[in-house]
Amino acid sequence: MRSFTLIDFVSLFSALRWTVALVVLALTFGAPVALGLAMGRISRFKGLRWAMAALIQTIQSVPLLGLLFFFYFGMPVFLGIQVPAIIAVTVAYTLYTAAFLGEIWRGGLEAVKQAQWEAGACLGLSAWQQFRHIVAPQALRLSLPPTVGFLVQLIKGTSLASILGFVELARAGQVVSAATFQPLLTYALVAAIYFALCLPLTLWSRSLEARLDGSR
Amino acid sequence: MNFLPLWRYQNQLIDGAIVTLELTVISALCGLLIGVAGAVALKGRLTPLRLMVRGYIELFRNTPSLIQIFIIFFVLPSFGLKLPAFESAAVALSLYFGAYSVEIIRAGLDSIPPSQVEAGQCLGLSGWQVFRHIVLPPALRNAYPAVTSQFVLLLLGTSLASQVAADELFHVAGFIESRTYRSFEVYAVICVVYFGMAMAFKALFAIIAAAAFRWPRRR
Repeated sequence: MRSFTLIDFVSLFSALRWTVALVVLALTFGAPVALGLAMGRISRFKGLRWAMAALIQTIQSVPLLGLLFFFYFGMPVFLGIQVPAIIAVTVAYTLYTAAFLGEIWRGGLEAVKQAQWEAGACLGLSAWQQFRHIVAPQALRLSLPPTVGFLVQLIKGTSLASILGFVELARAGQVVSAATFQPLLTYALVAAIYFALCLPLTLWSRSLEARLDGSR
Repeated sequence: MNFLPLWRYQNQLIDGAIVTLELTVISALCGLLIGVAGAVALKGRLTPLRLMVRGYIELFRNTPSLIQIFIIFFVLPSFGLKLPAFESAAVALSLYFGAYSVEIIRAGLDSIPPSQVEAGQCLGLSGWQVFRHIVLPPALRNAYPAVTSQFVLLLLGTSLASQVAADELFHVAGFIESRTYRSFEVYAVICVVYFGMAMAFKALFAIIAAAAFRWPRRR
């Protein structure tokens, strides 16, 4: 046993970069997939709409912890080769992000009135141009507050990677707590760091929502 | 891939699923109580109480559930309050669910325009009658979808209780894995069980909504 020193403080903060890295990876790969899912959900083709809805429902009905373990142990089974843990974890967080953001963005796209598409068509825009220049900008505005809200969920969700042995913030907290026998100080500090990351986003999301509400 | 070795552990799986359901229902009921109390406090005139409730909501919504469970399980004993794993997880998840419930219930009550309350008073209804017949039914309908989807997230979130060794489904998975070394198969089965439970609850909630909220929506 040793006392809680500056070194422990530093190790918590340096573990923070893995938390940030996981969030960045999840968004980088998850956002394009989410866009695809959202567009599939409003497509003209019934089969595609149905398949995307089923995929989103499935991912949203399984615990994030289950997704992580499924891909962590499943990737070698599917591919027949050993893959680094970071790839399995990235796949799990990508699907998680895609399912939730996809559903949020679909809500945004559907909230834009049908007449907007028709107006675009009357101006001779192609379907893609209608989406790109008329519907998507309005949908983006509408879905920005819940998107930022989901970001908070994602940051909190990266703490689960600790269970697979990733030394991000939550895992660093466990290590420091075990080494110093100071669970109160350590976990309070870990919680405070998460809080400092998430609260500004929550407040931003709320102010965006209030601003949008006033403009409609 | 071989699922056969898992077959003899089906009793453990069922027991685990029951503990998961218990943990979910207990946390949801306690959380809803916190939610109602918090929403009433937010509507009240006592500023210090309102600030405390706001602080509680922000604190629990902006930190990971996993850390909250760790704090209840590992930190409270140093204050002389030692809770077993299941109870720790139940307290932590109740507080987490409660923080979301307060906001949902408050938003449900706020969704009723004041003019409707005034209309009720003009008809000579008492304060309780106005609440019971005018405010409550549409407020319940408005809050219902958010409460039920939060409930499903709670069901999935109880898997975190495995990290303090509460005997719920995910912890059972770890046990079976250590016996059979069939890691992928175990977690695939566990995911299917959670999926089944989540779908069953979604179907149940849809049936309840169809039966309870039959009056037409205002246009």
